[in-house]
Amino acid sequence: MSIKTEKLSFYYSQNTPFETKALEDISIEINKGEFVGIIGHTGSGKSTLIQHFNGLMLPEEGYIYIDGRNIKDKDIKLKLIRQKVGLVFQYPEYQLFEETVFKDVAYGPINLNLDEKEIERRVRYALEIVGFDFQTIKDKSPFDLSGGQKRRVAIAGVLAMKPDYLVLDEPTAGLDPAGRNEILNNIKKLHDIGITIILVSHSMEDIARLVDYIYVMYKGKIHTQGTPHEIYKHSEDLKRIGLGVPQVVDIMKALKAKGLNVDTDKLTVEEAAQEIIHAIRSKKDA
Amino acid sequence: MLKNITIGQHYPIESKIHDLDPRVKISITFIYIISLFLINKFYAYFLVFLFLAIVIGLSKVPFKMIIRGLKPILIIIAITFLINLFMTPGEILYQIGFLDITREGLRQAGFMALRLILLIIGTSMLTLTTSPILLTDGIESLLNPYKKIGLPAHELAMMMTIALRFIPTLMEETEKIMKAQKARGADFESGNIVRRAKSLVPLLVPLFVSAFRRADELAMAMEARCYRGGEHRTRMRKLMMVRADYVAILISVIYVFAIIWIRFYPFGIV
Repeated sequence: MSIKTEKLSFYYSQNTPFETKALEDISIEINKGEFVGIIGHTGSGKSTLIQHFNGLMLPEEGYIYIDGRNIKDKDIKLKLIRQKVGLVFQYPEYQLFEETVFKDVAYGPINLNLDEKEIERRVRYALEIVGFDFQTIKDKSPFDLSGGQKRRVAIAGVLAMKPDYLVLDEPTAGLDPAGRNEILNNIKKLHDIGITIILVSHSMEDIARLVDYIYVMYKGKIHTQGTPHEIYKHSEDLKRIGLGVPQVVDIMKALKAKGLNVDTDKLTVEEAAQEIIHAIRSKKDA
Repeated sequence: MLKNITIGQHYPIESKIHDLDPRVKISITFIYIISLFLINKFYAYFLVFLFLAIVIGLSKVPFKMIIRGLKPILIIIAITFLINLFMTPGEILYQIGFLDITREGLRQAGFMALRLILLIIGTSMLTLTTSPILLTDGIESLLNPYKKIGLPAHELAMMMTIALRFIPTLMEETEKIMKAQKARGADFESGNIVRRAKSLVPLLVPLFVSAFRRADELAMAMEARCYRGGEHRTRMRKLMMVRADYVAILISVIYVFAIIWIRFYPFGIV
């Protein structure tokens, strides 16, 4: 069970003078249960790629298989693909439209033609999973909520379709640190209950802490891939293509260069702090 | 899907027509429209063709681009043609069931269709060769004299500029929201009319919300930069008439006089 692309390419305005390559020869496989990050700066093709995952864009060159089935098969129902692969766009709060939070989250399940009881069950499930109390939130207008809350409602709107895979495009963009942490914790929780998460971002800080595997995109191609530890070893290369590494990695490298004997392979502030304390202590003892 | 709307599209290249003062171009377009309605002889259209050919030739806009602007109104032209064809009484040439095609009807239908086509091509030459900003600058400048009788010329022009500026933005937004709702299983394409109209609600509500939010932000940003309407406002581009503009006016005046001449002193009966 996986999302698999094979030699996927995509061109905007093909056969005109404005032709631009958005994707080139992408072959990746994301297995069920994984937590992967797709990272790349603006225009690297990541948004185009994820729109292929749920059939919003159909492959012109190459193939996409969702759980082994070619997305372009004649008898495949795109609605079902979209149910299976949930896609949360950037600034998803701009898609809210109903009078109440309940109705808005129910939009997806209604489109799936579920019965009323199942719809209510799903709305409750989705809202609770993103950290709301169902009874207090359900009758509020989505337009009266705060930015972070709106975003969680919008994410719940996708979760109510019970996707197996959840793709999130820059889910923390424009949020304050508190809202950011809340969203990221929610996402981690979703992975814990078995949803495959594909997190798209240009911020290394968000991705480093959470994901198991990273695809780095650059100019429509997969530039590098690997675990966060492997990826951040090439910090110079990442900087060259307009991506940073987490500040922690930079600091550890700088400390090492100054002669403190630390392991530079630490990705989070907590890990790094421990490592520095450890290094300083062992220096004193020596 | 939304990207193939060409009416009012600007074709940004350099040419003699592009360089003309927008006020001159607007006035000439106005004269041109009037001239079309003055024509009552077929051969007078030869003058219009000549005039248009000169404009199109000088503008360097590919003919394909110009024709593309006709597509959306093709149906209207067809309907006009058919109505005129069948509804004009006169000498019967041909009968299909209860419908009569008359000599007068044929003439009238051809006349109207030609007039419509020339009208669209002529006016689209204005928008193709003039950027929206210059166009509104020109309109504002032309409306200036009417300020005395209370017409808010500057405000009207500013509103038009902003509206034009936001067309592509809102289209992009529409596409985005459409995709987001599709990701939630929305279906905009199938079902009967009522169903389809209903399916637009999840698209229109967020679009309105975002349009209002943008308007609010824009108003705030203008306020923050002390915008206060037309009074004492200077501009970066001053509209200036040069020799080419006077030549253009001269040619148009000759053209329109020729059209008027043919109307009142016709030769032949065609």
